[in-house]
Amino acid sequence: MRYSALRVIKEGLTGNRGWQPVWRDPEPKAEYDIIIIGGGGHGLATAYYLAKEHGVTNVAVLEKGYLGGGNVGRNTTLVRANYFLPGNSEFYSHSLKLWEGMEHDLNYNAMHSQRGLINLFHSDAQRDAFVRRGNAMINQGDDAILLDRDGVRKMVPYLDFDNTRFPIYGGLYHPRGGTARHDAVAWGYARGADQRGVDLIQQCEVTGIDIEGGVVKGVQTTRGAIRAKKVGIVVAGRSGQVAAMAGMRLPIESHVLQAFVTEGLKPCIDHVVSFGMGHFYISQSDKGGLVFGGDLDFYASYAARGNLPMVEHVMEAGMTLMPMIGKARVLRSWGGIMDMTPDGSPIIDKTDTEGLFIDCGWCYGGFKAVPASGFAFAHLMATGRPHDTAEKFRLDRFRTGVSIMDEEGTGAQHNLH
Amino acid sequence: MRITCPICGERDRREFYYQGAAVALDRPAPDAGPQAWDDYVHLRDNPAGRTCDLWFHEMGCGAWIVVERDTVTHEVYSTELAEKAAR
Amino acid sequence: MRVKDKGLINRAVPLRFTFDGRHYEGFQGDTLASALLANDVRLVGRSFKYHRPRGILTAGSEEPNALMTITDRAEPNVRATVQELYQGLSAKSQNNWPSLARDALSVNDLMAPFLSAGFYYKTFMWPRAFWERVYEPLIRRAAGLGALDKTHNPDLYEKAYAFCDVLIIGAGPAGLMAALTAGRAGARVILADEDSLMGGRLNSETYQIGDHTGQDWAAAAVSELTAMDNVRLMPRTTVTGAYDQGTYGALERVAHHIAKPADDLPLECFWRIVAKRAILCAGSLERPIAFPMNDRPGIMTASAVRSYLNRYGVAPGKSIAIYGNNDNAHQTAHDLAAAGVKVAAVIDSRADAQVQGDFPVYTGAEVINTTGRLGLEEILVRHNGENLMVNADCLAMSGGWNPTVHLTCHMNGRPVWREGILAFVPADDAIPGLSVAGAARGIFSTRGCLQDGAKVALQVLDDLGIKARADVPEAEETPYQISPLWAVQGKGRAWLDFQNDVTVKDVKQAAAENFRSVEHMKRYTTQGMATDQGKNSNVGALAVLADVTGRAIPETGTTTFRPPFSPVSIAALGAGAQGKGFAPERFTTSHLPSIQRAAPMIEAGLWYRPSYFPMPGEQTWRESCDREVNMVRTKVGICDVSTLGKIDIQGPGAAEFLDFVYTNTFSTLKVGRVRYGLMLREDGYVMDDGTTARLGDHHYVMTTTTAAAGQVMRHLEFVHQCLKPKLNVRFISVTEQWAQFAVAGPRARDVLNALLDDPIDNDSFPFMACGQVKVAGTPGRLFRISFSGEHAYEVAVPARYGESLFRLLCAQAEAMGGGPYGMEALNVLRTEKGFVTHSEIHGRTTAFDIGAERMVSAKKDCIGKTMAARPGLIDDHREQLVGLKPAGAVKQLIAGGHLFAPGAEAVRVNSQGYVTSVGYSPTLDCYLGLGFLKNGRARHGERVKMVDHLKGVETLCEVCDPVFFDPEGGRLRG
Repeated sequence: MRYSALRVIKEGLTGNRGWQPVWRDPEPKAEYDIIIIGGGGHGLATAYYLAKEHGVTNVAVLEKGYLGGGNVGRNTTLVRANYFLPGNSEFYSHSLKLWEGMEHDLNYNAMHSQRGLINLFHSDAQRDAFVRRGNAMINQGDDAILLDRDGVRKMVPYLDFDNTRFPIYGGLYHPRGGTARHDAVAWGYARGADQRGVDLIQQCEVTGIDIEGGVVKGVQTTRGAIRAKKVGIVVAGRSGQVAAMAGMRLPIESHVLQAFVTEGLKPCIDHVVSFGMGHFYISQSDKGGLVFGGDLDFYASYAARGNLPMVEHVMEAGMTLMPMIGKARVLRSWGGIMDMTPDGSPIIDKTDTEGLFIDCGWCYGGFKAVPASGFAFAHLMATGRPHDTAEKFRLDRFRTGVSIMDEEGTGAQHNLH
Repeated sequence: MRITCPICGERDRREFYYQGAAVALDRPAPDAGPQAWDDYVHLRDNPAGRTCDLWFHEMGCGAWIVVERDTVTHEVYSTELAEKAAR
Repeated sequence: MRVKDKGLINRAVPLRFTFDGRHYEGFQGDTLASALLANDVRLVGRSFKYHRPRGILTAGSEEPNALMTITDRAEPNVRATVQELYQGLSAKSQNNWPSLARDALSVNDLMAPFLSAGFYYKTFMWPRAFWERVYEPLIRRAAGLGALDKTHNPDLYEKAYAFCDVLIIGAGPAGLMAALTAGRAGARVILADEDSLMGGRLNSETYQIGDHTGQDWAAAAVSELTAMDNVRLMPRTTVTGAYDQGTYGALERVAHHIAKPADDLPLECFWRIVAKRAILCAGSLERPIAFPMNDRPGIMTASAVRSYLNRYGVAPGKSIAIYGNNDNAHQTAHDLAAAGVKVAAVIDSRADAQVQGDFPVYTGAEVINTTGRLGLEEILVRHNGENLMVNADCLAMSGGWNPTVHLTCHMNGRPVWREGILAFVPADDAIPGLSVAGAARGIFSTRGCLQDGAKVALQVLDDLGIKARADVPEAEETPYQISPLWAVQGKGRAWLDFQNDVTVKDVKQAAAENFRSVEHMKRYTTQGMATDQGKNSNVGALAVLADVTGRAIPETGTTTFRPPFSPVSIAALGAGAQGKGFAPERFTTSHLPSIQRAAPMIEAGLWYRPSYFPMPGEQTWRESCDREVNMVRTKVGICDVSTLGKIDIQGPGAAEFLDFVYTNTFSTLKVGRVRYGLMLREDGYVMDDGTTARLGDHHYVMTTTTAAAGQVMRHLEFVHQCLKPKLNVRFISVTEQWAQFAVAGPRARDVLNALLDDPIDNDSFPFMACGQVKVAGTPGRLFRISFSGEHAYEVAVPARYGESLFRLLCAQAEAMGGGPYGMEALNVLRTEKGFVTHSEIHGRTTAFDIGAERMVSAKKDCIGKTMAARPGLIDDHREQLVGLKPAGAVKQLIAGGHLFAPGAEAVRVNSQGYVTSVGYSPTLDCYLGLGFLKNGRARHGERVKMVDHLKGVETLCEVCDPVFFDPEGGRLRG
């Protein structure tokens, strides 16, 4: 069923009784060409691009819970292409381009809103680092504008320019940065994949990976064994556990990242604003809630919930930067489990097992990467070669030291990225 | 979250700095080879469940502490001074 | 309408207030909601999506409709049901234009067929550019509830810690009984309740406890508890979240009820309560019923009607009908009738319900429609196959009760369905250390709650080793019988989530589109995502979803309740941080004299340091900076370097330890000498650099950069305790104990000798010497080290002498044509010499990259040595530190600019490096830059193009050695 304004009107006039299921609920077949483990954003996008770009449709996505139930449905919805290290630059640039065409491609409104992202800086040294970043963005063909203090004031006059602890020197403005409706991205890819024949199988947990003679043969699941020629692991937050089924140990430590939303408010924050002296970033959803987040809780965790110290730290950052939000009330806090890698950059690669591939390590930047990650992982699985935009996301880069992409410069301590 | 420092007693989590898995105690020999060093610096068991990790009582006595705890429930089972565990 | 002789309000204290500009009067003890109802105001708000007229639904914090802006506090989204009335309170309705009664956007209601669940995912896509320009701005403007006023928060908020043996959450019958039991036993108790008046439902009902009314018993219990030193009562305090190891978050509304709070009284206080054990006695919440057109003002929960009647002395209507599926609802009719309020009808869905009373009773009946544009007028009842109209301006509905399980879900606990009460109850041990008592675990009678509160308290006290006994008063055992009634079939829409306008139809449509998982349904329809987080609607919606998907309720599952239980202001959670409070401020001992010299103080981490010291006649920072650089190069300059980390290292193992943490060797350093050291992270990249002085065989003093002082201290402790515990060595940070000043320039020794008790010369104190000295009679330390490339020293004295010494040094220097210099000059001086800072050692560079690979000793192991030898870290094509000088017509260099071959297009694939530091060198009369260039060390003399797209600058540069000035270092030794 194709969606359009006309369709909405027609259905409205006939009691909204004609809407069709967005995806089927097929029984798993005995064998597929490709199995994707994980029905989150990246897994669903991978399935979609396998079908669309490579014509591989005998594909199953196995999801232990419900589609889009992981980090794609519990993030702060930011979409941006403002990385500066080679490897990341081209990848996120590609991702943003895919975002810009996604809704028409999927015939699904993910409410991708390019409202602009402002990264504030608070010292000369930070400015220099952002100049380097902004130039890298433009070198890559993306957009960046350096704002001085007055320039920032014109765009976001509500910041505390006079008393905040770390004065605002300026900002790097990324006009094409913005937000999207997170769930809709997962649903849009799911619908697109389903329409192209991919089997989306929910409530189907993978319990083992069958490997014979170094070659993958299929998976064991709570709904029985399923054979496959190729298997892709795309299970952010559980990467270590699933990889262990194939005898792998990953350069990943799992951490909890909290996020917050306030009660609905009339429009007051029109951009995405990011604080430079501690992690704090905020935007306002179309529904009116202020959506914001900060840093990891910093201890390894699979609990998908956090503790007060980081909650309070994030709010404190908000209060020193923009004290006008003080009377907004936090309605809900939640936590997602992040695959933290030693350099803060992801992994899209083959494994030592033939036919077994892995896409993981998105730290807390996975949402904006959904389209390009799916695109690149589909390319890798279908052709056996890394896609140009993701060729540096190697699994062995930490062992070799080649193309380590440490944007934060904090080194091989997983929780510092 | 509260952690018991073997020296100072039970304290709020905000007094502590977290580093990562207690594997950091087992530094390989310089000539142990790339795989051993990759294991030490980068690769992690990362269990969903019982784990041992290293915390530093930074806002307290300055002790490095091995904390045995559960990554799913956040229950803390035991704590021990790292210098004892490392001997 | 106020009812005579009812309620716990103080009629002796009338309070004036306004709502939407109209003046009203209420009494002390009223909430804004009860006062509005007393004034017969039924229309109080508009719904989120369809802008439907809405009235008060509840009498508690779960209220979804009566959200208002308190204009005298500029506070949006305040629940009128919680806001206590005070003299002069001024409230305004939200989300309507031009007025509440005539809201233009109520046109959305007519469009409702086209605005069904998820419609926005299916349209607004054409033309492409219209989303940001047209659709989104329209949607944003229509959405949202109240408005922030966009000025900086003017109010005081606080945070605090509290500790106790037993935290009791909720002060209804179970909570009070638990508190009495624990308090009498001597336990340290905190009793927190979100209401201003403790007692819970006892204050809203007409129950008897022993010989007292429930209201009186509660008041007596509160008196007894107030008198106990070991019990802390926290009314107006909502426990908002359960966290690990017995930590609870709680919000106390300290001054929201006070017309003019004292200046030092916070509006709110956010508490972190650490409890050995906790008892959740949060009671239960009544469910609405999803019948057609159930959203009109005047339709509210039955328990809310009893609250308004019994606690506030208000009849929320002149003719009140009751509709329910359980016995508890009937009490409403009895209470109303006893107070002389007209009961229009009792409608019970159960055919076998027993109702006695002097009012019409319809059993086995249901409400299938209502009328009344801005408020309820009539109810259409289907009874025995016939429809009959009941005139009523208020309908009290009860779909049964949901235990308030929320806190037990905060650690991912899943509540358990109990068929007997058609509700979820907490899972056992969902929160370690938290027990549940009373209605919160499905015990719905007063007698049961009292007994359970005592019983659970005894268990908890026993666990804590506190002896106790319980003394439980008698109370009625009220029956609670219920049969399922979730959604009533009928023509109109039936609301589940009132605020978000989610109807039964929306849930059915979601299921039809295969959003059958409860999480999918929630996210697709926004059911349960309003400000009540589904407290009123989740179970009903779940039942509808279960029905339409042919599953049982427990099988369908629940969504997760997450903190906070009720919304908490950012200002409370972030209390203390507004303005400067976000992070500590660190001041050097020269701060005051620097300010007296009009130096702009800039942030350096948490420290403040002088940027430059302006002299009369200087117009720009550059003029000052150039003068200060010249001053150091030709005369002498003074700079406070106390912010650098200083770590005192002592013990027989100190030398061996330093050999392990530094790439180079310190065991060979002679006593009385200083050496520059480079420190790596274990992954092989540079962590920090600095000088370390050997003051004795077993005594070193290490300096770190300002930025990495904390990190290095932590690292040293790690290496010692975790990797080298057998080494006998100890560290202590002495950064704050010593004030340290650089004295740099050709006249440096002259300045010092004017202050030292025993003058020095080049033989007694050569380059890189150190030692104890007496400075104007005070014991201090002297290090002959230089970050400027000049003949220079750093002199340290105990911090209490710092300010004096700085003034003395400046005076001496000024007498010789010198003076103090700031960060700008320091940066130029070090750039001229090619000394690196964290602009260069930014965490991604190796010793190899900065040209310091020869500092990595081949003779010993050290932290980071093995990983630094990884192939990717020693590749010749890595970017290496170089110097850059303008070589063309454009003379400007910009830190952050990228480097390209002169003819290459400035795009990513051609980027060969970047500029890290730039300064204008008055010494060499040109801009100088440091940067990283691919294979740069082999390219000295080549030309590269620096491009800064952001400023539109392109500069042809010559690649050169990073040491621009005095490469032989003769000046250092002079």
